Amino acid sequence: MNETVISVKELTKRFGAFTAVDSISFEVGRGEIFGFLGANGAGKTTAMRMLCGLSYPTSGSGTVAGFDIMREGEQIKRHIGYMSQRFSLYNDLTVWENICLFAGIYRLTKRETQERATELLKTLDFASERDTLVGALPLGWKQKLSFAIATIHHPEVVFLDEPTGGVDPITRRQFWELIYKTAESGTTIFVTTHYMDEAEYCSRVSIMVDGKVCALDTPARLKQQFSADSMDEVFRTLARGAKRGE
Amino acid sequence: MNAIEIHNLSKSYGKVHALKDVSFEVKQGELFGLIGPDGAGKSTLFRLLTTLIAPDSGSASLNGLDIVKDYRSIRSCVGYMPGRFSLYPDLTVEENLQFFAALFGVTVEESYELVAPIYRQIEPFRKRRAGKLSGGMKQKLALSCALIHRPKVLLLDEPTTGVDAVSRSEFWEMLAGLKKHGITILVSTPYMDEASRCDRIALCNEGQILGIDTPNGIVQGFDSPLYGIKARNMFALLETARNADGVTDCYPFGEWHHIVTDGSFNPDMFIREFERIDGLEITPVEPTIEDMFIKLMKR
Amino acid sequence: MKGNFGSFVKKESLHILRDRRTMLVVMLIPVMLMSLFGFAISTEVNDINVAVVAPQRTDGIKDAVKRLSQNSYFTFRGYINADDIDKELRSGNVNAVIVFASDYDRRVAQASQGVPVAPIIQLIVDASNVNTAGAATAYMQNMLSGAESRQAMFETRMLFNPQMKSAYNFVPGIMGLIFILVCAMMTSVSIVREKESGTMEVLLVSPVRPIKIIFAKMIPYFIISCIVLATILLLARYLLGVPMSGGVAGIFSLSLLYLMLSLSLGLLVSTITDTQMAALLISAMVMMMPILMLSGMLFPIENLPVFFQALSNIVPARWYIDAVRKMMIQGEPITVVWQNCVILLVMTITILCISLKKFNDKLE
Repeated sequence: MNETVISVKELTKRFGAFTAVDSISFEVGRGEIFGFLGANGAGKTTAMRMLCGLSYPTSGSGTVAGFDIMREGEQIKRHIGYMSQRFSLYNDLTVWENICLFAGIYRLTKRETQERATELLKTLDFASERDTLVGALPLGWKQKLSFAIATIHHPEVVFLDEPTGGVDPITRRQFWELIYKTAESGTTIFVTTHYMDEAEYCSRVSIMVDGKVCALDTPARLKQQFSADSMDEVFRTLARGAKRGE
Repeated sequence: MNAIEIHNLSKSYGKVHALKDVSFEVKQGELFGLIGPDGAGKSTLFRLLTTLIAPDSGSASLNGLDIVKDYRSIRSCVGYMPGRFSLYPDLTVEENLQFFAALFGVTVEESYELVAPIYRQIEPFRKRRAGKLSGGMKQKLALSCALIHRPKVLLLDEPTTGVDAVSRSEFWEMLAGLKKHGITILVSTPYMDEASRCDRIALCNEGQILGIDTPNGIVQGFDSPLYGIKARNMFALLETARNADGVTDCYPFGEWHHIVTDGSFNPDMFIREFERIDGLEITPVEPTIEDMFIKLMKR
Repeated sequence: MKGNFGSFVKKESLHILRDRRTMLVVMLIPVMLMSLFGFAISTEVNDINVAVVAPQRTDGIKDAVKRLSQNSYFTFRGYINADDIDKELRSGNVNAVIVFASDYDRRVAQASQGVPVAPIIQLIVDASNVNTAGAATAYMQNMLSGAESRQAMFETRMLFNPQMKSAYNFVPGIMGLIFILVCAMMTSVSIVREKESGTMEVLLVSPVRPIKIIFAKMIPYFIISCIVLATILLLARYLLGVPMSGGVAGIFSLSLLYLMLSLSLGLLVSTITDTQMAALLISAMVMMMPILMLSGMLFPIENLPVFFQALSNIVPARWYIDAVRKMMIQGEPITVVWQNCVILLVMTITILCISLKKFNDKLE
């Protein structure tokens, strides 16, 4: 691994007596596609929130894009991209207006905005949809667009929270090709998914059970370690051992 | 008699054709899957069958009851679980179940035997508010509620969406258990890997049905030789393989990329041609439902 | 199926009881509004500073001023020069100035002999607070007229509410408002919430007629409203001292009719909206605004432009507030306001019929 972009040590988050995230430690390098898996309620969302500077850890430390998650939450937000299945884009704005809006949020200059927006439409093959209302796009297209917008400011890391839920198999693959392309250009990808075949596309995968990271390696080595044929099997072996329901 | 019969059903919302001339039937006691992504028209079909909306054209019947004429009688013989788990988050597990029992004029005790295998898993949490349950537990409660009046036909709209892989596979085991009671189940899902759990499936996309058969029948319809390839740099391999001779399609598929080929393709030639690629491997693979879906979508 | 009904009511009551914050707000709002309107926002004549301009301080004038200063509602701030009237009013030192004619005594004497005379007292009032000014003027006229002979030039008598206590007028208005809030707004929001959360789909697909569930939904809100009604009546009687001479039973029965009407309105709103936000907005804009503006709660209906006067006829709260006012303050029995009752009854039936017709057991 060359340069470390995300590094957390013994990161813990407690809500009262409940330990949502229990002393997790890992590092993610530049350009890696890091799969962050776990059953519902394993603590994925809580961990991801801490990494995005949206909530403070109870204990432990970490840096994202070189900034401390305890002290420099605002800096982190400026250097990461975030995309979730729920909040994607404004349905009542056009494709172009959405791009410009987020360019503005990330303080791109007028010229940068023009350049990036045009480039983005070209990569997505969206030029003809420039003035279409986002609400009128099919789900898969929306997801591709919101991924592109999440990377509009060339962030160090992009966090993707179940980006492909409900998307058709072809668009889902096109989405992953976009992820590959972005990762090749040096952006680190941090992604959660319920599709186990997508876990195979990741450079490394971590699996959370009951607030702890209980497996972390490349998909190939994980399969070897658990003598499983697929990531699905690995995941089930680990998640079956979960004690808590949430 | 078929449990569900659908003839040339169409439904539009304004300019959007949600369902285009769909026909199929589901046999008594069958576990039938509607497989397709968002926007395939699955929810529209469910709403038509549950008589919540009326079709533009075509007809359908459940247990011989017409969805337009006999809609009142249909409502007492179907169990329905809409896309979002429609539970009351501020009521406890127990209160939710009791309410839905009352809704159908039954008591929890009368139907306990049928829902027990499912409900027992969440019973330890019966005093917990439904809003505080995990996705998998909500799903079990919603299924218990849909079953409480011992319906003849169970309609489940995307019951496994947003639920983790373990809960999903438990859910399918529960459905298999219900089959023993002779309940006809129509279930929709965007997850292709769940298709094999059904007796028969319909692949649907953009309001149309791409194919109907048993899961095996569907994959047997895949008539082109299919190979899996992998290499150290998977992303670069994708581009390379797409331009190779005899390759009609190439897409990522888990650990491997799948390449769909025509008769002229020779795997040995492929290896020789690209031997400079680090770690290149090729192996024939069995097509899956997802391969077939991609093929049908591109047709 | 009859046993079901109870369990639906129970479920709805649980929703309400679990939402403690909303519950608290609903229970506290009437108390708050009553205290607010009753004490703070008062149009009562209270502590009016009055200065007097009198060229000669004759016995007649002294007598009038003495009565003024003895009155607890006015504070006599002394005699001033005619030139200073404007200055004193502007500075806010005084709220009103009484200017006596220079030959006040002579003219009063003439008037008492039946000779028609020109106005002998001029009232100059700071009207920046219209309500207070109006009330003060009326009251001063009333009081000063006693200074003159029996053949005074004006005669104004304050009936029923001689001190013009504003709370009297506001209580019916608050009642008109609060029941719309509790019944119409809360029921419509709770029905629409089921549409939003998707539970409505399951309810519709069940063999129970959805309308039965809707009625079960209304019962807890009806009970809450009754509690609120009782609270308001108790507060009005014992905190604000409203006489309610028309009989509490009459006021209560009329209010029950109005509650039904509000519930039907809530149902109507829920049939035409799909989101809680829309239901809230419609309740607020389409129902609250007319009540505030057109029901006679804030502005007398006679003072409205003709168009709005006509429009006010279709605002149910207008008829309710008018009737409650008559019964509460003027002490009329319910038989006197039978027209209002009939109008409200017809409105209730109409709204209920429309909403039942509109209520669809399908999704579109």
